[in-house]
Amino acid sequence: MTTEDLSIDAVGARNTPATPEGPIQYVNELTTLNLGPTHPATHGIFQNILQMDGEKIVSGEQTIGYIHRAFEKIAERRPFYQITTLTDRMNYCSSPINNLGWMMTVEKLLGVKTPKRADYIRVIMMELARISDHLICNGILGVDTGAFTGFLYLFEERENIYEIYEEMCGARLTTNMGRIGGMERDLSAEAIRKIRKFLKDFPPVMKEFEKLFNRNRIFMDRVVDVGPITGERALNYGFTGPNLRAAGVDYDVRVMNPYSSYEDFEFEIPVGESGDTYDRFMVRNEEIWQSLRIIEQALDKLPEGPYYADAPDYYLPPKQEVYKNMEALIYHFKIVMGEIDAPVGEVYHAVEGGNGELGFYLISDGGRAPYRLHFRRPSFIYYQAFPEMCKGTTLSDAIVIMSSLNVIAGELDA
Amino acid sequence: MTNQEVAQELVRQFGDYVTDLDEPFGLLTLTTTREQIIPLLQYLKDHKTYKVSFLTDLTGVHYPDNAGQEFCVVYHVHSLVNNFRIRIKVFVSEADIHVPSATVLYASANWMERETFDFYGILFDGHPNLTRILNMEEMDYHPMRKQYPLEDGTREDKIDALFGR
Amino acid sequence: MVEAPEGHEGAGFFATSLDKVVGMARANSLWPLPFATSCCGIEFMASMASHYDFARFGSERPSFSPRQADLLMVMGTIAKKMAPIVKQVYLQMAEPRWVIAMGACASSGGIFDTYSVLQGIDRIIPVDVYIPGCPPRPEQVIDGLMQIQEMARNESTRRRNTDEYQLLLNSYGIQ
Repeated sequence: MTTEDLSIDAVGARNTPATPEGPIQYVNELTTLNLGPTHPATHGIFQNILQMDGEKIVSGEQTIGYIHRAFEKIAERRPFYQITTLTDRMNYCSSPINNLGWMMTVEKLLGVKTPKRADYIRVIMMELARISDHLICNGILGVDTGAFTGFLYLFEERENIYEIYEEMCGARLTTNMGRIGGMERDLSAEAIRKIRKFLKDFPPVMKEFEKLFNRNRIFMDRVVDVGPITGERALNYGFTGPNLRAAGVDYDVRVMNPYSSYEDFEFEIPVGESGDTYDRFMVRNEEIWQSLRIIEQALDKLPEGPYYADAPDYYLPPKQEVYKNMEALIYHFKIVMGEIDAPVGEVYHAVEGGNGELGFYLISDGGRAPYRLHFRRPSFIYYQAFPEMCKGTTLSDAIVIMSSLNVIAGELDA
Repeated sequence: MTNQEVAQELVRQFGDYVTDLDEPFGLLTLTTTREQIIPLLQYLKDHKTYKVSFLTDLTGVHYPDNAGQEFCVVYHVHSLVNNFRIRIKVFVSEADIHVPSATVLYASANWMERETFDFYGILFDGHPNLTRILNMEEMDYHPMRKQYPLEDGTREDKIDALFGR
Repeated sequence: MVEAPEGHEGAGFFATSLDKVVGMARANSLWPLPFATSCCGIEFMASMASHYDFARFGSERPSFSPRQADLLMVMGTIAKKMAPIVKQVYLQMAEPRWVIAMGACASSGGIFDTYSVLQGIDRIIPVDVYIPGCPPRPEQVIDGLMQIQEMARNESTRRRNTDEYQLLLNSYGIQ
């Protein structure tokens, strides 16, 4: 529906009382509605200024930048290891993907080849992160359609993922678990036990969640055919990730440009048809199942061997050595403070983040810090399409569309 | 579809307008002029076999020492059909900082160009709404230019001796 | 259940000071306004969800309307563009109001010492409790909330009318 269709008759705008002189006068009065920046349903801070005709949205415009933290400017001042604090806080729902993606970019520049075991551990962690990202999105979509239960079910499972992270690195949310050349720690027996337990305990909860939502009449009435986008428009708007796949385009970086040994695993790319909210929801659900499949394969096939590359110039020495050994201490200091110069080069590396193609464009001039580092942030690019997607729908639909797009404010504004 | 083939085809089509061909880490990189950037993107998009029709990324870089070519706009385009990426660069000078907008071809270029304008002040001609996107409207400089400081000027508890600002 | 405040008890009556009763009521029904901007917001969601269950401390209802909130929880980075909005939300809240700055960014700007980030929300509004961490664990959030409860319980009902309090607000330009 376009603006033209929303003429007075089409939407039945409010009318003025009949006057003695003539019949009822229709007036087309538009209301401006500010959705955000602190609206509870925006899940993050960005503003949508909507022109409403009654309850119908005629046009919309977004204002963003309310959490602009100047990541790219900071990155120009920080040595490579210190940039991990930025990447982890970009898409904070799935920070391991951001973190490890950055590590892979640096490895590409330095020419460090990671061993298979490190790759597999990374795959496990990144897929856990993808699950936790999709859990938030789908759980919140449930909340926005009036079902708080799903959110509570799924957050309980997210806690289990957090516990696995804690086993890997000690942190829950901003997990700095990668190192240039591998991982900070090996997958411990306890971590493997926790992952196995998660693989066993999570599917019943997920099945229950799906039973609650997938064919739920109320839920389907709220989301089916709401905010559809064609594959062509989605590509033009730079959609990637689940939102693009819901529109029927099977683009996935993990398959197109495999990184971190993704080519060793068997998994399917779920694809939607109409690109509406329901398809986005279903694609995310299915991706959770596929991620579980990948994790299971990676655990079963987990190779023996070192979990970090032999790159003493970039990989931090073990902490025990640092305390006892002079050389190790010097290396530790040099690496952390960025005293080792990187080679000159220009790299673009992309990983499949929770929301789509997460790219790192790094220009190194041979110094300790990047000359320029640009993040291709998927939600920044596809959020542009929101006014087009919600045009002609009602306000309640717009909320659901926004929720299903999974716009993460940290990633949006960088 | 190799880098070699595409490079030859582009050189044949655009001649001297395509320069500095290189492939760092296997990604075909080339430089063109701002007059040719839109025709080049259009050509790649409409090409029967290449179908480079996805704008992955658009950003700017500042090279203050590169006199006459201080600013660079970098386009990453991707052919999803052939799984082929190209990086295209356009250099402009600070005195004449204009680049045609790619919004005529890609809707996604809209915000990416606004962001580049916000950070570097690069003016995209023909852009429907070239205003600041991330920073405040009142800001009077373009913060990603190399001459501007990163830090917040109002902090008094941090001194050079401690934090090396 | 909450323990009754100190007082004199007898057959059919209970006498205590008004301050204590009001403090008890306030402390155990704090309605927080979650002003979540970034990473800390996700940890707040975790503390609100079933595992940590924030509601056990009387904060069952997150109030998204500032008019009906007692406790402003600022979670995450506040950019300079966002600062006037935080202040606006604070001004819209009715007294008594408390403020928690959750996480390093809200407390001091954190790692983001940049041109676009406000270096701590205490530059624009008075803060009662700072929760350190990047992001803080849910246990810390709950501890922060319990500290606010403690303040609310022991605060004199007249504190908000004192000159010191007016001076504090005036120093932030709030009348």
